[in-house]
Amino acid sequence: MSLAAFFFYLFACLTVLAGAMVIVAKNPVHAVLFLILAFFNAAGLFVLLGAEFLAMLLVIVYVGAVAVLFLFVVMMLDVDFAELRAGFIKNAPLGAIIGGIVAVELVMVLGFGALKPGLGGVAASPIPAGVSNTEAIGRVLYTKYVYFFQGAGLILLVAMIGAIVLTLRHKEGVRRQSVAQQVGRRPADAIEVVKVAPGQAIVPSGEGS
Amino acid sequence: MTAATGCETMNEIGIGHYLTVAAALFTLGMFGIFLNRKNVIVILMSVELMLLAVNINLVAFSHFLGDLVGQVFALFVLTVAAGEAAIGLAIVVVYFRNRGSIAVEDINLMKG
Repeated sequence: MSLAAFFFYLFACLTVLAGAMVIVAKNPVHAVLFLILAFFNAAGLFVLLGAEFLAMLLVIVYVGAVAVLFLFVVMMLDVDFAELRAGFIKNAPLGAIIGGIVAVELVMVLGFGALKPGLGGVAASPIPAGVSNTEAIGRVLYTKYVYFFQGAGLILLVAMIGAIVLTLRHKEGVRRQSVAQQVGRRPADAIEVVKVAPGQAIVPSGEGS
Repeated sequence: MTAATGCETMNEIGIGHYLTVAAALFTLGMFGIFLNRKNVIVILMSVELMLLAVNINLVAFSHFLGDLVGQVFALFVLTVAAGEAAIGLAIVVVYFRNRGSIAVEDINLMKG
């Protein structure tokens, strides 16, 4: 067995095993850690396929951002996982049946006949020889697919705005500056002229704005 | 490592192998959604597993057909998956703030 085949089997088995452990793990932090393992091994599979840019992106974005976000939320929410597992055994047969049907369908669609070399027709963006994968993607992403690229940027912007709008809250009693309010202060609000008779105390008539 | 020229020594691992891995992951993700209907965080993680399976499919086809479109598409799928995970988790956090638990059977109360 060649080295590439060995690594393929290693990464593939670990990915599938980690995926299985994600859905079966009792502890939510363990589940997220198994998800991270699955992502790492999938990145290894991508490197074997010559898509090293995507592999590094998977590690940086998926593991470094999305999985860490999952970890934050899991640790912050302090959920009682035990009661949420109640429906586990009840739903398992139905899930197994449907999962089996989907697996059979996938095998039927993808398994009959090998992939002939000419099957793809003319490649939309053929992989150029002699350049790195990153440069090859860059050559195509910013020229031919630039609108999709900008669309992806918009999606990320909307997701960011949405997440902030959903979760931001202003706590009561926290003092913060309102610059407009400070700048809009008038002398009439700040200063009060009081006539004081000699020997008498000055009683302030209330807080200024 | 281009598809057209570098594949002689990799004949034993064909596209079928990668598609099998992707199919197994996708099925596991679906199974996870069925099994964990009450637990919204595991549902989100199962969705991420399914998206990972789709990405493996796309990159495998990109390699074996010598076409970069698969990788570019996988890039966009990655982007959308990250955005969707962020919004999904934000919803979970706000739901938890208001209800004190993440049992999603009451989640239809957010309707309207």
